[in-house]
Formats: sequence, structure tokens, C-alpha cells
Amino acid sequence: MIIAIASGKGGTGKTTIAANLAMCLQKPIRLLDCDVEEPNCHIFLKPDLDGSERATLPVPVINEKLCNNCGECGRMCQFNAIVSLKTKPLVFPSLCHGCGGCLRVCPTGAITEAEREIGTVETGTSHHVEFVQGRLDVGEAQSPPLIRAVKQRIAEEGVTIIDCPPGTSCPVIAAVKGCDYAVLVTESTPFGLHDLKLAVDTMRLLRLDFGVVINRTTSRDAMVREFCRKEHIPVLLEIPDDRRVAEAYSRGRLIVEAVPELRESFERLCSSVISRIQSHNAASPPCGGSAPGVS
Amino acid sequence: MKITISSQGNTLDSMVDPRFGRAAQFILYDTETQKFEVVSNEQSLNAAQGAGIKAAETLSSLGSGVLITGHCGPNAFQTLSAAGIAIYTGADGLTVAQAIEKFKAGQLQTAASSDVRGHWK
Repeated sequence: MIIAIASGKGGTGKTTIAANLAMCLQKPIRLLDCDVEEPNCHIFLKPDLDGSERATLPVPVINEKLCNNCGECGRMCQFNAIVSLKTKPLVFPSLCHGCGGCLRVCPTGAITEAEREIGTVETGTSHHVEFVQGRLDVGEAQSPPLIRAVKQRIAEEGVTIIDCPPGTSCPVIAAVKGCDYAVLVTESTPFGLHDLKLAVDTMRLLRLDFGVVINRTTSRDAMVREFCRKEHIPVLLEIPDDRRVAEAYSRGRLIVEAVPELRESFERLCSSVISRIQSHNAASPPCGGSAPGVS
Repeated sequence: MKITISSQGNTLDSMVDPRFGRAAQFILYDTETQKFEVVSNEQSLNAAQGAGIKAAETLSSLGSGVLITGHCGPNAFQTLSAAGIAIYTGADGLTVAQAIEKFKAGQLQTAASSDVRGHWK
């Protein structure tokens, strides 16, 4: 069972939800921090990291002896990472997305691939939680391949929680693809609502079942609730705007430890999400025609 | 000789576009016939990345041996150089016509390297 914690807007509390949810779930539970440009679940879970592997991306290498300057590789590349001006192709590795298309279209077999390092996948444990995080190299622009490398560690048994990057672009798609359910974390502000709408559109496009968590709510906030009611989106949890939560966060502490009465709320969130996945799977078994995800 | 100027508009009175890769358009000027044509840079403007590389490819396919622009980044510089195109930067603030006159008078300097950083690495 794979649960993505996503949002449109950044800073709404994805990591807070992901870390606290993981602590409330029974073993076997694994947390994957896929916000590889700034992984910060470790601040709250304080895992003992004992494994580290470099992640790479395949980039083209030209064998100039075999190349006949036909330019097919440059015409195929949608990322302008390889270009041939009736000369031997120029390769720009930092622009390459590693799709391997140039390799396939080359009629003379002049292109092979070399691995370019882009980041690190670290593994460890925190209490009963198995922990994995990706850490993108500074200055690196390609995060989806590292996100996919982190996701190769999805657990076969139990629950895997994926802390996603913010936004709705390629890194988010890479993170939520193949998940069973998405928890969209938002805040009751105009920006929060605006970006939530983008996230909702994205999930619908991906045909991924989802619900909403509203963070830092006060009795005055109505706009996100109203939006969810109109759109028939379940509000899974509201976290009150409570100074104790903010203090715990700023000290790198888990809410479920610092504010014990919220532990019950998180446990309800766990069971709510799990039962939604189970009922969704019962309605359309994974081997059926309408499995979630996108090709 | 065909020379290309990055341009903000489609006449010789237009200002030189300081950007090369994301230039609004190009003016392709023939120094022999003194005629020009406007060349679209749409492919590069629509590119998510590598606009300078794509624009250099456009110039190469036009058979232009010279580029006059404002600034040029490292990837564009490398691609233009591979295509054998001479690069003149620092023409921003001039009109296209002024840039052409300065070029003809030998008052523009060829760039020995890119003069701005890349957007990626």
C-alpha cells in the first residue's frame, strides 16, 4: 500500500503529515522522502542512516568513428541535450533526461550510454520506521531520476509513505505515479486554495484517488472546506492553528509526541486512508481495467 | 555574407534583443544584397530548456556565418563555435541597423567566450 503526501503549495505541512503518519502506523512501515531537493523528514524522525548509494542517470556518449553525422539523434531529442550541425554531435549532459531515444534512433550504433551521478539515496531506521531519502547534488536540475531511484525502495509489504516535492510538475508526477492514494495537504489561505486546485486537477488527470488535510485551521477559515464540499473531496483531517504545534515543529519534534491529543487525530487519518484504499481496490482490483496511475 | 542579429522587432529600426537563445526573433541580413529577412525563433522560445542550443541550430541551418547579439551563454557559445559561426556580443542598446553599420566598420569585437552563465549547470 503506497500513500503519497503531496500539495500544490510548498510549506503547507507535507513533511509534518508524512513523519507523524509514519510514526502512527504499525510495522512494517517505510517512509520515502522524495522531496529530494530539500529532504527534511530526517529532521523530525532523526533516523540512524546506515546505507548510502549514489544514483545515476544514463547520458549518451558518441563513438566518432561510427558516427556519420546524419543528425537523427539531435532531431529526436526534445530536450536539446544533443545536437548535430552536420558535424559530430555535441552532447550537453546536464540537459539530458536519460530517455535513451538518441541511442535507439542512431542508425550506425554510434551512441552508447555512460552513467552521470546526480545524487544519493540514503537508508536507515527511526524507531519502527524504515527510512529512505534522496538527496540531489547541489546545482543539479534533474530530480525525477533520483525520485525514481528512491522509489525502487518501496516496501513489498506493509505501508509505504512517500513525502512528495511541492508543486504539480515533473518531480511531483514522478513521486505520485503508481501510488494507491494521495493525501493533499493545504492551508486555508488564498494561495493554499489556489495551489490545491492545481493539485486536485493533477490527481484527477492521473486518476489517483485523493483526500485533503487542512493545516493550521481556525474557526474563521471556510474557503478550503467550501471548495472540498462543492467538489466532493473528502477532508481527512484538520489540524488546528495551535502554538504548541508550531513550537514542536520549530524544534524538530513530532506533533504526536509534543501534542498528545493530536495523536488520536493522526491515528484516525491512518485508518481513514487505509480503508479508502481498501474500498477503492475492492471496487476496482489492481488487475482490472482501471488501475490507478498513468502510463 | 549572411549575418544574423537577435532582434526585438521585425525591422532594421528594432532594438537588438539582448538575449540570444530566447530572442524575440532574428534578422538575417545579407551584406552583399543589403536585404534582410525576419526569421522566427519560435522553436527556441517554446523550448523548456536548451533554447540557446536550439537557436544556434537555427542559425547554422540558415547558413549564417556571423551572430550579433547582446549576451551569449556557455551552451549556445559551444554550439555556435562548433557550427563555425563568429559571435559578437555587447550589441544591446543598439538598433539592428546600427549594429550592422558597426559590424561593417569593424567596430564590434568577437567574443572569445560566453559572457553570461548558463541557466542549468
